Amino acid sequence: MSVGDTQKHLPLEAMHEEAGARFGAFAGWHMPLTYPTGVMKEHLHTREKAGLFDISHMQLFTVEGAEAAAFLSRACPLDAAGLGEGKSKYTVLLNERAGIIDDLIVTRLGAERFMVVANAGNAAKDEARLISVADGFAVTVTPLERVFLALQGPEAEGVLIGAGLDLSDLTFMTAAEPRQDWFATRSGYTGEDGFEIALPLGEAQAFAEKILADERAQWIGLAARDSLRLEAGLCLHGQDIDETTDPASAAILWAIPKRLREEGGFIGADALRRIIAEGAKERRVGLKPEGRQPVRSGVRLMNEEGKTVGRVTSGGFGPSAGHPVAMGYVTTALTDAGTPLLAEVRGNRVPVHVHSLPFTPHRYRKG
Amino acid sequence: MSKTYFTEDHEWIRVEGGTATVGITDYAQEQLGDLVFVELPETGKALAKGETAVVVESVKAASDVYAPADGEVAEVNEALSSDPSLVNTAPMGDGWLWKMKLSDESQLDGLMDEAAYKKSVA
Repeated sequence: MSVGDTQKHLPLEAMHEEAGARFGAFAGWHMPLTYPTGVMKEHLHTREKAGLFDISHMQLFTVEGAEAAAFLSRACPLDAAGLGEGKSKYTVLLNERAGIIDDLIVTRLGAERFMVVANAGNAAKDEARLISVADGFAVTVTPLERVFLALQGPEAEGVLIGAGLDLSDLTFMTAAEPRQDWFATRSGYTGEDGFEIALPLGEAQAFAEKILADERAQWIGLAARDSLRLEAGLCLHGQDIDETTDPASAAILWAIPKRLREEGGFIGADALRRIIAEGAKERRVGLKPEGRQPVRSGVRLMNEEGKTVGRVTSGGFGPSAGHPVAMGYVTTALTDAGTPLLAEVRGNRVPVHVHSLPFTPHRYRKG
Repeated sequence: MSKTYFTEDHEWIRVEGGTATVGITDYAQEQLGDLVFVELPETGKALAKGETAVVVESVKAASDVYAPADGEVAEVNEALSSDPSLVNTAPMGDGWLWKMKLSDESQLDGLMDEAAYKKSVA
C-alpha cells in the first residue's frame, strides 16, 4: 500500500495476490480485474463450470424492527410486507424525480428482519438515504462487515456441497442463513445459476480455500464479471442506470408491482406515475454491432440519416455470444428488435441493430 | 541485419532494409488482456511520430498504438481481422500490426534497445 492510498482493500486481498490477480480501481476499491487465465477464459469458465468472485466491495445492511416492512416499502417501490420469508427481490432506491439512486436486492429473513445488498459505489449514499428515511419508523439500519463471495455457474451447487455448504434447497431468488452470521442467496449477476454468500471475515479464507480446492472452481475477476452481466442484459448502476434515468426508461418496470405503481406510497411514486402516463421518451435496449468492432460506453447512436437517437451505456465483447455486445438508450420509436442504427466510433459509423436482451439465455434454477 | 527498438509506450519497431515492422510488446499485450478487435490503418496512410496508428480493443477497453516514427503505411497484418488474439500469443511475431516506410530512420535513435526496455518494465 502506498502513501496516500485512499482505496479500500478487500479482506482477502492477499489470496488474490497469491492467485496472481491484476488489480485496478473500481468504485473506490482496489479490486482484482483479471487473473493469469485472462478475462476470456474466466468468462467461459463461469458459464461452463463455477466462477468464484470476491464481491466484498458490495455493502450489506440489515433492516430490523417492528416497522421494517413499512420502512422498506417507503424507501423502495417494493411490497415488503408481501415478501415471503426467505424470498429475495430486485428493487431500486428512487429520488423524488424517480431517478435511480441505486439498485438493490432485498431479502426477507424474518417477520421484522430484512437484508439489503447495495452497490459498492453507492454504499455511503444508500446508507445516508436509508437512515434518513428510517427517521420516524421503528427500525434500525445496520451496515455489516462481511466477506461477500459469489459462486456462479452450473457447477456452483455441487462445489458448495463439496465445501460443506449444501444450499440445494434454495431456488432462484431465495435465501437462507446457513450458519451464525452467514447469509446466502441463490442469485447473482452473471445470468447463470449460482449463489452469493456473505460470511464473517474470520471464516472467509478457509471457506474460499475449500471452494478453490475443487478443480471446477476458480477465481474470476471484475473484467469477466462485467462481460458476464452485460451478456446477461443486467444493468450496472453508474453506467446503464443512474439518478438521471428512471425505471420506465431503464426497462426495469417489471421490478415494480403494478399495484404499487398505481397506489404509490414510495419515494418517487408521483414522478414515476407521471413518466408512465406520458410514456418514457427513451428506453434501454440491447445493441448488437455488426462485425467484430466493439461499441462502448459513451458512443453516440444515430439513425440512418445521421441524427442522434441515443447513446451506448455499456459495451464490449461477449465471449460466450462470440460477438461484440452493448446496451444503451434509444428514442422509444426505435426500440424494436432489429432496428438498424449507426454508432459513431472514432469518426467511423459502425452499423448496429437493436437486439433483445439477454444476449445469452439466463439459466437460473427456478425450482 | 535487423534491429529492434522499443518505445516508452510499449511499441516495438524492427527495421530491415528501409522497411519497419511495428507491434506492441509482450508486456503491453499482457496489460491489455485478450484482444478482440484491431483497427488497422489504410495502406498508404502517412503517419507522424506519436500519432495514433492502430487501436487495439480488449474485452474491456480500447487502447491507442502510436507510430514510433514518421512514415507511410506499407502493409497491415490482415490476419488480425479474423484472429486478433495473435497479438496476445505472438506479439513480436505473427501478431505484428503494420509495416511502414520510414521518412527518417534517425528518429529511432532516441528509442530504447531490448535490454533498456526490459529494465524499464521490470
